[in-house]
Amino acid sequence: MISHETILDVRNLTVDFFTRRGTVHAVRDVSFSVRKGETLGIVGESGSGKSVTAQAILGLTELPGRVTGGDILWKGSSLIAGREAAETIERVRGKEIAMVFQDPMTSLNPVYTVGMQVSEVLVRHMSMSKKAARSRAVELLDMVGISNPAKRLDQYPFELSGGMRQRVLIAAALACEPELLIADEPTTALDVTIQAQILDLIAELQQRLGVAVVLITHDLGVVAGVCDRVAVMYGGKIVEEADASEIYPLPFHPYTEGLLRSTPRLDVVSERLESIAGSPPDLREVLAGCSYSPRCAAVTEMCRSAVPVLDQRGEGRRVACWNPR
Amino acid sequence: MSLAGIPAEVAPLVDVRNLSVRFPVASTGLFSRARSYVHAVEDVSFSIGRGETLGLVGESGSGKSTTGRAILRSTPIASGRVSFDGNDITDVTGAALRALRRNMQLVFQDPYASLNPRMNVLEIVSEPLIVHGIASSVDEASPIVADLLSRCGLPSDALTRYPHAFSGGQRQRIGIARALALQPKFIVADEPVSALDVSVRAQVVNLLQDLQRDMGISYLFIAHDLSVVRHISHRIGILYSGHLVEYAPTNNVYESPIHPYTEALLSSVPIPDPAVQRKRGRIVLQGEIPNPIDPPAGCRFASRCPLVEDRCRVETPRLEEKAPGHFAACFVRSANTQ
Amino acid sequence: MENPQHIPDQYSASTRETEAALHEEQNLEGRPYEVTAATKGVFRELLTDKTGVFGVAILAILGLAALFAPWVAPHGPTDGSLSTANRKPVWNGGTWEYMLGTDPQGYDMLSRLIYGLRTTLLVSLSVVLVAGVIGVVIGLISGYRGGRTDRWIMRWVDVQVAFPGLLIAMIMIAVIGGSKTAVIFVLSFNGWMVYARMTRGVVLSVKEQPYVEAAELIGCPPRRIMFRHILPNLVSAISTLAVLEFARIILAEATLSFLGLGLQFPEVSLGIVASTGRDYIFSTPRLIVIPGIAISLLVMAVNFAASWLRVALDPREREKRFAANALNSATGAGQ
Repeated sequence: MISHETILDVRNLTVDFFTRRGTVHAVRDVSFSVRKGETLGIVGESGSGKSVTAQAILGLTELPGRVTGGDILWKGSSLIAGREAAETIERVRGKEIAMVFQDPMTSLNPVYTVGMQVSEVLVRHMSMSKKAARSRAVELLDMVGISNPAKRLDQYPFELSGGMRQRVLIAAALACEPELLIADEPTTALDVTIQAQILDLIAELQQRLGVAVVLITHDLGVVAGVCDRVAVMYGGKIVEEADASEIYPLPFHPYTEGLLRSTPRLDVVSERLESIAGSPPDLREVLAGCSYSPRCAAVTEMCRSAVPVLDQRGEGRRVACWNPR
Repeated sequence: MSLAGIPAEVAPLVDVRNLSVRFPVASTGLFSRARSYVHAVEDVSFSIGRGETLGLVGESGSGKSTTGRAILRSTPIASGRVSFDGNDITDVTGAALRALRRNMQLVFQDPYASLNPRMNVLEIVSEPLIVHGIASSVDEASPIVADLLSRCGLPSDALTRYPHAFSGGQRQRIGIARALALQPKFIVADEPVSALDVSVRAQVVNLLQDLQRDMGISYLFIAHDLSVVRHISHRIGILYSGHLVEYAPTNNVYESPIHPYTEALLSSVPIPDPAVQRKRGRIVLQGEIPNPIDPPAGCRFASRCPLVEDRCRVETPRLEEKAPGHFAACFVRSANTQ
Repeated sequence: MENPQHIPDQYSASTRETEAALHEEQNLEGRPYEVTAATKGVFRELLTDKTGVFGVAILAILGLAALFAPWVAPHGPTDGSLSTANRKPVWNGGTWEYMLGTDPQGYDMLSRLIYGLRTTLLVSLSVVLVAGVIGVVIGLISGYRGGRTDRWIMRWVDVQVAFPGLLIAMIMIAVIGGSKTAVIFVLSFNGWMVYARMTRGVVLSVKEQPYVEAAELIGCPPRRIMFRHILPNLVSAISTLAVLEFARIILAEATLSFLGLGLQFPEVSLGIVASTGRDYIFSTPRLIVIPGIAISLLVMAVNFAASWLRVALDPREREKRFAANALNSATGAGQ
């Protein structure tokens, strides 16, 4: 059900944070695109720039951060540059592109009922009457698997558990039938069994509604069950991007490989847990070469002296590495 | 003879019998006397031998952190007994408790908040030594601290630096060095790698394993999912809503789990391989974790259990030996049926 | 096979996106980063905050004048006689010798203001110190111990706060008499509660931090925890509060003295200078207006400085301000 029509096009995005101790180059020349109906997983650890990228798409970059380069196109219109950009974002945010954040505990306003928060989206973007919005809200809560939806509408967030709150947020996000849902670590704060429920929900909704999903996470396991394509980020850049079915059995980039090896698998018994030596990079530094080079097992002289470019290497795969597999 | 039918190990280092921890919750109504209690830990028994690791796994509300803190006597115990190295420590307080702390330490979950940001590494790691009179000043403690840091994989010039100059994994190692300072026999590791990047977790877990091998320390390794504890644990206990529902040697739990919750837990850990993950027969539990305030009778897992029967809603199952050395609290599963 | 213990780690802070970007410090040279944060580059940042510059500059000038009063003031505070009485200020036909004019007793207004400033600042600083120490210690104990201790202390605070401060002050002065020590005592007695409440609030939240729990688990006795682990968190909040209280105490002292209930002759404070004009409000308004302006100026400067200080002591606020400036200059250049 994946069409070939590109709806989101991120081009050479650069985001910097201006701090007293130096400028943090959080996102460095990142380009990717999302097609209608597909699920893209963006995987990265701390300092990879994945969350900053997601926030930049919806214009949520706050001081001290700022988008300093590149462009983000939504169905051809820019969300950053030009006089209409602000207007476009207002129109698009919440309606055509929706976002679900990491911590359901703090994403819901504690002084308003759940129903009011879901209805608000409908009233604002779809110009529904309050009554119509309310009944649609009941439908939405039911769609995300909340039992007793009519009763839940009048409850406050503190009366719901973490998993239910996340469902409410997903319901609110999908209320206006967006074409793209960005989920920034939606299950990181949840228990494992609840995580499984939420991921299943996202996969099911994606199938049913045909909405494209960008799932941002640090967990390669989470992505495996839900995503068609995977982009791996490190040090503010995309280092590898490929179909999920290709990247897991055969990662090209040493970081992807290292990450896969470090992710424990229940179905494989090993002697000791694996890790990648060293620590995440300091994003204030712009190294002459690849930012993964200090930790890379396959490092060469070239790697230290020149920054690798994201290149096509095979069908549907891009890798930024001088010495890939 | 213990009520739960678990034999007390020969001279275990840590022995927990029928531990219950309850927290009072604000009473309902203006003048009502009735108090509600959160049953955080209910009738839990286990033991940990010398140089051994018990992996305690549970989700939120399972009481795993509370159990760890109760053993360290950081949280008041409602009933049950805790003994350490043969001595009953359930009622110890004050200066005696502080002296006891030399033998039991804690590694925290949050590497960012567990180190005082205003103290440098030397001050942080030497503090236990100074407080217990082993060293009279920070300078005197310096060589001991340098040794601890190198054991934990941190270079000696870390001494003068402050915590925020280090990454999460390094900070966690500083926390471990601090826990080691008093040469404890027992360390409670409360989700020590949950807040760390995946690629760094193994560094810390492997370090703990090496320290156990070299120094004979026992661990209570608390975790919220089963993927991290396998390598370091000798035995695993699964907690659900304050109750210990499964307790067995590590491989038994992974290869032949008995309790339906354990199965569900194993099944919800995603496998980083789409070919496998999408085809897996997964048990996705419906419903939510039950409210721990004034819980009803019966098995706590009854509301979500795929195998639930009438008896489960009325009586609470006790932990019983279903297979040699393998305990589970379930009426339906008599022995491993896989 | 990777052996993480032998591969040199970069000392790179794990950048948890925005959060970490705000807390990175490169080279600390052994001092806590907040002290470095507060001092490095502080002067340059001060210059960007116009009201802050104004406040600090005025305070500096006034402070120096007060300190060097005997050399700065043209006359003594009680030098004068009826022959020099009621001289007009320089803009109204008077001489530079008595720049702001003289009062009915013949004392030079400017000199009295300068000496008065000295006393006012001395008394106010003393009160801040005494009330602050008492309040912070009580707040620490109350917050850390919790339970009954906390409840009873806070009830005492509530009771004391309920009484009108000025009234109590007036009654006490009436009983013990007016003098510098009396005023300091009375104002401290009425002023410690706000420190206690604020301290307790901060302690309650800091107490929950894992590193405090860690200190307990290591076996630190309560006193060490309170002073070594919890107290340093209070520095920023207490400083800001102290400066604002400073302003309030200046006004309180001025009020007491103006009403004749504070310091007595031959002591001179800003309030006393103002009080001499009390009976001449309509005939010689300058006698009350000029000290009034002086008091206002002082208090305003303190408030401006306090607002700047609040930002200076909080690394997050400084980051925001830095970023805003950086972006403004960037947009100015056409980015």
